[in-house]
Amino acid sequence: MKVKMLSRNPDTYVRETKLDLQKVPRNYDPTLHPFEVPREYVRALNATKLERVFAKPFLASLDGHRDGVNCLAKHPKSLATVLSGACDGEVKIWNLSQRKCIRTIQAHEGFVRGICTRFCGTSFFTTVYTGIDHHWKEPLFATCGQQVDIWDEQKTNPICSMTWGFDSISSVKFNPIETFLLGSCASDRNIVLYDMRQATPLKKVILDMRTNTICWNPMEAFIFTAANEDYNLYTFDMRALDTPVMVHMDHVSAVLDVDYSPTGKEFVSASFDKSIRIFPVARSQSREVYHTKRMQHVICVKWTSDNKYIMCGSDEMNIRLWKANASEKLGVLTSREKAAKDYNQKLKEKFQHYPHIKRISRHRHLPKSIYSQIQEQRIMKEARRRKEVNRLKHSKPGSVSIVSKKKKHIVAVVK
Amino acid sequence: MTASRAAKSVLALSQQEELVDLPEDCPLNVSEDEEDSDGERKHQKLLETISSLDGKNRHKVAERSEASLKVSEFNVSAEGSGEKLVLADLLEPVKTSSSLSLATVKKQLNRVKSKKTVELPLHKEEIERIHREVAFNKTSQVLSKWDPIVLKNRQAKQLVFPLEKEQSAFAPIEHVLSGWTARTPLEQEVFNLLHKNKQPVTDPLLTPMEKASLKAMSLEEAKMRRAELQRARALQSYYEARARREKKIKSKRYHKIVKKEKAKRALKAFEQLRKVNPAAALEELKKIEKARMMERMSLKHQNSGKWAKSKAIMAKYDLEARQAMQEQLAKNKELTQKLQVASESEEEERGAEETEELLVPDVVNEVQMNPDGPNPWMLRSCTRDIKEAEAHEDPEELPDPVAHEVSESEGDERPVAEEEILLKEVEERRSLRRRSELSQDAEPVGSQETKDSSSQEVLSELRALSQKFKKNHQSRKPKASSVSTGHQVQREEPALEEEEPLLLQRSKRVQTVEELEELEKEECSQNQEFLRPGLKGQQLERNPNNLPNAPKEKKKKEQMIDLQNLLSTKSPSVKSLAVPTTLEEMDDEEERDQKQMIKEAFAGDDVIRDFLKEKRESMEASKPKDVDLTLPGWGEWGGMGLKPSTKKRRRFLIKAPEGPPRKDKNLPNVIINEKRNIHAAAHQVQVLPYPFTHHSQFERTIQTPIGSTWNTQRAFQKLTTPKVVTKPGHIIKPIKPEDVGYRSSSRSDLSVMQRNPKRLSASHKKQLKKNSVD
Repeated sequence: MKVKMLSRNPDTYVRETKLDLQKVPRNYDPTLHPFEVPREYVRALNATKLERVFAKPFLASLDGHRDGVNCLAKHPKSLATVLSGACDGEVKIWNLSQRKCIRTIQAHEGFVRGICTRFCGTSFFTTVYTGIDHHWKEPLFATCGQQVDIWDEQKTNPICSMTWGFDSISSVKFNPIETFLLGSCASDRNIVLYDMRQATPLKKVILDMRTNTICWNPMEAFIFTAANEDYNLYTFDMRALDTPVMVHMDHVSAVLDVDYSPTGKEFVSASFDKSIRIFPVARSQSREVYHTKRMQHVICVKWTSDNKYIMCGSDEMNIRLWKANASEKLGVLTSREKAAKDYNQKLKEKFQHYPHIKRISRHRHLPKSIYSQIQEQRIMKEARRRKEVNRLKHSKPGSVSIVSKKKKHIVAVVK
Repeated sequence: MTASRAAKSVLALSQQEELVDLPEDCPLNVSEDEEDSDGERKHQKLLETISSLDGKNRHKVAERSEASLKVSEFNVSAEGSGEKLVLADLLEPVKTSSSLSLATVKKQLNRVKSKKTVELPLHKEEIERIHREVAFNKTSQVLSKWDPIVLKNRQAKQLVFPLEKEQSAFAPIEHVLSGWTARTPLEQEVFNLLHKNKQPVTDPLLTPMEKASLKAMSLEEAKMRRAELQRARALQSYYEARARREKKIKSKRYHKIVKKEKAKRALKAFEQLRKVNPAAALEELKKIEKARMMERMSLKHQNSGKWAKSKAIMAKYDLEARQAMQEQLAKNKELTQKLQVASESEEEERGAEETEELLVPDVVNEVQMNPDGPNPWMLRSCTRDIKEAEAHEDPEELPDPVAHEVSESEGDERPVAEEEILLKEVEERRSLRRRSELSQDAEPVGSQETKDSSSQEVLSELRALSQKFKKNHQSRKPKASSVSTGHQVQREEPALEEEEPLLLQRSKRVQTVEELEELEKEECSQNQEFLRPGLKGQQLERNPNNLPNAPKEKKKKEQMIDLQNLLSTKSPSVKSLAVPTTLEEMDDEEERDQKQMIKEAFAGDDVIRDFLKEKRESMEASKPKDVDLTLPGWGEWGGMGLKPSTKKRRRFLIKAPEGPPRKDKNLPNVIINEKRNIHAAAHQVQVLPYPFTHHSQFERTIQTPIGSTWNTQRAFQKLTTPKVVTKPGHIIKPIKPEDVGYRSSSRSDLSVMQRNPKRLSASHKKQLKKNSVD
């Protein structure tokens, strides 16, 4: 008689070291595991709640300036180095890892309006003009005032100056990918694009209100975002300026600065309403809002080049350091932690449309002023919309044209 | 004044008319500026123009009446009012001078005339606008090369930043080793060895010997060497290709031939070796013996492998499988057969021819070997072949033994009892004979004749045995209903035996007369087929490919019968039941359809009642139900027709509490469904979210779990890959054309700008000039 023995391979149930997890053989037959959706739903709910629990984005405040911080600049080679210029003409160089000021330079008598670093990181430029930006590859930089001037580092006169109209230009930015392109915004409500090689302006778009600054997307050569006085941000495709790709609206006061994340998927905006917001490029609503009690009007904001942190300089002389992802755990993660993080992230994404989860994940505490202003503006917007609808309803068909929300804020595009 | 006014009006009129013909002509403007000195002349002209209004001499040239020092700039052109200057007029004086030059001049003038006048330069702003537009189009084109990349990145499932790949620089091993010293004893040992053999550790990787040889070789030598190497390589590749080709050949026959050839060659080699160097031959033999031992130890060819097991299952149905199994077994026997090497005491004196006989394996001994050569190698490798060879050589002589032999070999597998007994007899006789031979043949027997005679003896014995076999089978025939005699039966013994019970069963089942008849017929035919003894059997033997046909046919027929049987027995009852009912149903349906149609036509009447009924039903359904917990037979008599007492029923009936009043209680025309659970609704999606176009899509995404509880590790990892991955502490630079495989522009922006001097600013130009002057 043949006796059949049950035998198991120890490899299937013995762990290699005692630090390993116990091996649990598992049958993945779906009929054996009912309630998968409810279980995942609960997990997603818990993940969302935990995300809110751990959302502590504020990291540090760098103080030392004796006047409002007017401009910030990242170091192109070192993640820990940041430069800031204040309204009293002082420039400070900070070390972020030590959270200390390394050096202080009295650069100007008046405002330091603009500051930029050279692509190699050896030197930086400050200006009393309204704006300055350095070329991404060559020893050139651009300033703006009454016109856009391109300077050679070695020469005392600009090698090229471009102008269109006679208004003072508030900001000029080089395109980081196609480096010969420049964008500028002037106080007569327009945004002008320039081609440095052909030494000519390309196109001008006039908006409802003044644009404070623009920022190019570092991953998509033709996309830029403009921070406008009308509380909105406009993302444009450079080739089709008549309709913005997206209108981002959540701020309740003028937007003063904008900076893209180095991945080009999101950007951060600083506003006069004492808060900074993070927007996904493809969405009109912000994903995150940061504020503290003591932070005043935020004048400048920068996203660090490792995509982890955000810095903002504000009126009350401080530079603040935030996490770009509020609930992210800092430091090195073990593989299990990483797996859990990824899984939770996917769960949150999967169940994001469920009302309960949506409510929790969208919940933010806001200062009273911002909160009330949001309410107020909602009412105003609703009233405007109602009026428009009524007008459309009660007028002769065809006499009132419907303008899309995106196009509403564009006054004209000048060739 | 009035007159002048009238004149003016006339003038205006005339001007209009003039303008019709001569648009460039505007002589009459003169009249407007009133200068005293020209007053009279103007008047004169006026009169002239008035007179010319009648149309006859309109184009009369106004001539200057008197020369004046002061020629008004307004007057000059006015004088030639109606005329255009024609080039030909100017040339008239030239005509007289020289005809040849005149012609050329005329040509040139014509050419000049054909050219249009240069248009006015555009307005500066206009020019700039055009410049801008052109530049914009150009830059848009440049930018549109990024479109596919942007699209790809937006849709990418995962993006890993920083985008640029860090080039892993391949440092040669020598460089890596240069900063490394042997520390552990093992390393030191290895290094010692290397150093002893003068193996190079660092660059260049050549031993001193190699270096020397390299140096020593002259150019011609090197060339020759190279050519040799090349030839060798070519040959090698050729042989490789050939081997590959041969390996691919599927023909079994071919391989058989090849094997045979190999065996022959080996044999020859062995014989030669034996002659030349007997010690080496012995060595060879030992090797063979060792191989045999190995084979015995191993489970190869033991019918225990996966393949063999599968074949064993198939053997019942497939003749080829059976054959394959047999072959394997035979091989096993062949390989494990102990070769009785002529080292035993009795055989030592005798010649090789006799030893050969003893070397023949027991099982195959029934047919005498053809003693080609007295070597064991041959015997080992060719035992099977010899059998066949024998059969081919004299089939007429030995029809029965051959058949018997085969049957015997079959018997190895599935021994039938009787056959076994017979086999034993054979064995006994054979052993007896051998003993007698051994004893009789004292003198060396090398001739074939004696051999043949002995084989004849054996054959006769075998014949007798086979006769017995036949008898046996014939006696068995009446027992089994469909079994036929013949050699084939022996071959198919196992299969038939298994089929017998089936057949018997069927015969029980079969009840109709017709079927019985059919069966009989079939049996007859089978008998006819299989009753051919002797010759046919041999033929079949010789080409075994024929064999499978017979049993197959038989099986097929049986199957057909089965099917028919089933059909004939079952079908009528089914029909008798099914047909009329279906017909009735059809009728019913038709009537109902008609009724339905009528109902539909007058449907308006019943709607309200229907609705009320529906509402009542829904109310009933939503009412909480009473729970009856009475157990019949508990505490009292129970059984058929006995109901639990009313008292007990009342006691164990739990009345449901009356729920809250329905919302549609007072709304006669409304049914409000109260099934919706508001607590659950908080966890349900109300509206289909944006990217989804159909609710089923959304449901599907929700219903596929992503956790590791429901997925394997790999699937889990795949499902949870994050969209954007950034490496901590790495600076992410803006995308570059090189990152995505584009060529970045060779010219820098600065150089392009400097090549474009017209666009430089005025101050810069000045500076440039200064520089050049200095």
